[in-house]
Formats: sequence, C-alpha cells, structure tokens
Amino acid sequence: MTTDVSTKVTLPPKGTVVLEARGVTKRYGHVTALDHADLDLKAGEVLAVVGDNGAGKSTLIKVLCGAVVPDEGEVLLDGKPVHFRSPLDARKLGIETVYQDLAVAPALDIATNLFLGRELRHQGPLGTWFRLLDKNRMRREAQHEMDELKFHLPAIDSAVEKLSGGQRQGVAVARAAIFARRLVIMDEPTAALGVRESGQVLNLIRTIRDRGLPVILISHDMPHVFEVADRIQIMRLGRRAAVTTPQKHTMSQVVAIMTGAARGDEPVEANGG
Amino acid sequence: MSSSLAATKRSTNVLGRLIATPTFGPLIVLIVFCAVFSLATKTFFATGNLSLVVQQSVIVGTLAIGQTMIILTAGIDLANGGIAVLGTILAGRLVVEQQNPVLSLLFALLICTSFGLTAGLLVSRLMLPPFIVTLGLLGIVTAITRLVAQGGAFPVTDDLLSWTGNAFAVGDTSITYGMIVMFVLYVLVWYLLTQTAWGRHVYAIGNNREAARLVGIPVQARLLSVYTFAGLLYGIGAWLALGRIPNADPNALQSANLDSITAVVIGGTSLFGGRGSLWGTLIGTLIVAVLRNGLTLTGIDPLWQDLVTGILVISAVALDQFSRKKQR
Repeated sequence: MTTDVSTKVTLPPKGTVVLEARGVTKRYGHVTALDHADLDLKAGEVLAVVGDNGAGKSTLIKVLCGAVVPDEGEVLLDGKPVHFRSPLDARKLGIETVYQDLAVAPALDIATNLFLGRELRHQGPLGTWFRLLDKNRMRREAQHEMDELKFHLPAIDSAVEKLSGGQRQGVAVARAAIFARRLVIMDEPTAALGVRESGQVLNLIRTIRDRGLPVILISHDMPHVFEVADRIQIMRLGRRAAVTTPQKHTMSQVVAIMTGAARGDEPVEANGG
Repeated sequence: MSSSLAATKRSTNVLGRLIATPTFGPLIVLIVFCAVFSLATKTFFATGNLSLVVQQSVIVGTLAIGQTMIILTAGIDLANGGIAVLGTILAGRLVVEQQNPVLSLLFALLICTSFGLTAGLLVSRLMLPPFIVTLGLLGIVTAITRLVAQGGAFPVTDDLLSWTGNAFAVGDTSITYGMIVMFVLYVLVWYLLTQTAWGRHVYAIGNNREAARLVGIPVQARLLSVYTFAGLLYGIGAWLALGRIPNADPNALQSANLDSITAVVIGGTSLFGGRGSLWGTLIGTLIVAVLRNGLTLTGIDPLWQDLVTGILVISAVALDQFSRKKQR
C-alpha cells in the first residue's frame, strides 16, 4: 500500500553529512550554555550525544530542533544554512523530535495519537467543505506504519493509556519516524522506562536507522548509548570534546572524557567496547 | 500480537464494549429513573408530560453543550447562566423599546459571543485559570445585566423572540422549535467534536496540553475558538429561554449554570478534561430534568430535588475519580 504520509524524499547516500552545527553559542545571562559547539550527523547513522549535566547537550539539541535560537553560529541542513524560529520550522524541513516525557494524549487511541496535529481528511467535498476526518485511512496507515516499524501493539484503536510505558513511548517514536523526512532527534527517550521497555524503544531506533533516517540520540544511559550508537559525540563545558565510536572507546573511557579526567582529542587505546 | 487477532478479540466482546461506552452508565440511570417515576405516578409517562420534560431541559441542555466543550479542554464555565440572562435582557429591552427584533436578537447573540471571546482570550493568552476567569466574568455580567434591566423585567410579545417556544404536534406529542434547535446544535457539535480535526484537538488539549503543543496543535487558537463558540451557544440559550418563558427577567435561570455542570458530569465527562461525550451530556440534562419533574409529580417537597441532584453529582465525580485511579 502506498501512503502519502510516508513518501520520503530520496535520502542521501550513507556517510554524507545531513545536519551540521558550526560554532553554535548560547548564553543565558552570565552562563554560557553552549560555547562554539559543533555537530555533524551523517546519513544512515545513530549519533549519540552524551555529556554531564550542564555540558550543553540539551541546549544543543534545542537549537537543532528549533526550540532555542542560538546567539552565534549556524545550523546547516544538507549543506544549506537554516534558521529555525520555532520547532514548527524544523518540522517543516523534516526534522522530528521525541521528548522524554511521553508526549501522548492518554485517552485517545493509538491511530489518533499518531496523526495528532496532522489528521487526514476525506478526499473531495466531504473533507474540504465538511472537514470530515478519514478515520479508516488513518487507522489503516497507522497499522501499516507500525507493521513496517515491526513494533507490536494491541489494536490500533485502543486507548494509549492501556499501553505500557514502553509501548507509549513507541507510539511517540513511531509518530516521529512516520513524519520525519530528514532526521529524528530523541531527547532521553528511555529515561522514564524500565529495562525491557527500553529494549523495545532501542529496537525501534535501530529500525528507523535501517530504514534510512539518521537519528540523534541524547542519553544519560551509557549501556543504551553503546547498544545503539554508531558514533558518540561527547559534550563538555558547552563544546564538543570528542567524537568516538563504541568500538574505539569503552564506557569508562567515555565517562572519563565527559568528566574531564581524560582528554578526548588524544586517541585512547581501545580495549574492547 | 497481530492486528487480526486484536480485531477478533474486539468483535466477540460486544457486551463488554457496550458497557465500556461512556454513555452506557448515564443511559441506564436515565432509564431507571423513568421506570421508577412511571411506576410511582400515573402522570409521568403521559406524552404531554414527557414533552414538558424535554421543553424544561432545552435551556440547560444548550448551555451544557458549551460547558461540555470547555470541560473537555480541562476548563470550567461558571458564567454561562449569567451570560444567557444578559442575552435575554438585552434582546427583551431592545424589542420593548421598539428596535428591530432581528437586529436586537443578533445584538444579544453578538454580546454573548463576545463574552465567550473575552473568557477565551483570558484563558488562552494570559493563561489564567478558567475557574477564576469565568467567576470574575459572572460578577461583571451580572452587574451589567442589572444595569441594563434597571430593576425591571421585559415581557416578550415579539414573534421572533418567542418563536423557540412555538409548538407543533406529531401525533399526541407536542414539539417546540426550541427542542429542534437544541437537537440540531447537539448534532452539529457532536460532528465537530468527533468527526473533525478540531474536535480531536479539543480532546487532546484536555488530555495532555503540553503534548498537544509539542505535536503542533495551535493550543491557544483552539481554546479561543472553544470559548467563543460556547459564548454563541449561550446566546442561543438566551433565545430558547425567551421562548420557554416569554419574560426577560434578570432573576431568571439562577440554577442553570450549576445544572449545566451537573448535566456534563452526570453524563460521564471528566472534570479533569480530555474524556467524555456530548451525547452523555444530553442524557445528563434529561436525567436532571426527569428527576425534578418526577419528584414534583410524586408530591415530594422540592428541596429534595436539589438534595438528590447533589448526591448524583458527587457520585458521578467519585466514579470518574475512582475509574481513573484504577487505570493508573
């Protein structure tokens, strides 16, 4: 079945830079949250952004998803500078964000939640004049997308509050995956979840990457980062301290760079990741 | 679990789904009350009396439509009775002073709508609690009503203003145009709430306002539209009130506001917002009307009506609270 919601633009070949941040700076009064921070997201990868509290990862992500306008520096999408004034601007260019606090409407059903704010109307006069929703089409497409993402849920018309926490976050992640054209940003998507439920969400992240959408994953949870990330960007004092991979560095080495105990620009000898 | 399995699971349990329907409980309560009063009195089940019950419920029933929309967004309206009374006084006085009835009615509708708009602006732009906004508006509207009425009431002799009270007969049953207006409004708002994106947004805002904002729903604009539309409905409620009792009295409709909240709550809509149904509100309105009518017919002191209504409201809210706790 072809769906008009999942018509993706042709994705660039693996390895080309999709999203770039250059020298992004953001100050709040005397506090410099971001101090000339950089970021590169390549096509087909999961890039994890880690850092201690106050290292600037949240602010950097807010700049990338349009929630914060930087004082200096620029953001480039496919090599072209973009200026986001609000999350809506970023979304219009195909950047979807998943927030840590399960951003769903609990009493509404799964299909409604997936299409919330982007409802499909009937074609023809019923839709244009009477604004009639095409509930069947939304249910069908929601089911189709969930099958594509290999994410198993109860009936697509059951209320989200009947789902487990992991399934609810799955709905939020799936919504981003369905509508994102360029990339998906996930801000601590597993923070509120248990071990098994986190596993479901991590699987979903891998599926999204394998379908071609690059993912930026912000997380505190090192095991999760090492489980799904292709590359890891380590933030420290408002800057990019290092970029590594789960193969090059161990968790404790990454934590050492995060806390300033080791320097990121010196290659640390890898001993299994 | 595959979708086909889930689908079969759904279809086999028709009874379960019926009971899970939010209007099921209120409907049972309505049927039980009707049965009890039919057995207790000879007069309740007469067609003339049933028609009267519905006529008595058109004003509260219409105010309750606006109340339902507002409560679905996790708000509340304490001014709807006051706004409707102002509408009756404005239209009544203008017509008594020989103004054009059509323009007088339109003016009253416009003023009622603009009070809804005001409430909407204060709630959506200034983020003030709806409880406080509408409580304040109630005071303002009541004062304006007294200023306009100047201690008097205005008898309605105009055909247009009293048109909603005109009746025609279908068999033995007398049907007023007011009933039809109310029913059309229910169908219209039911359609908006359940069949359009606007309605989905209203539910989503009441459910999880932050999530609604994050998915890109224009929360402020939706809230503004809900309160403004509710204001228009209160204006229509004023017109229905003039048809029901053709005398614009500043002291009328004292209990209408609380009755509209009662109807919404008994009808199964959650005071916490985001869940409920408009048909439940219509059933809730009829429950209150049947109760008042039936208790009057059985000859019980009217003060018991308020007592029983009070118990019903508290039970309905307790049930809602309890069912929410169970889901957590």
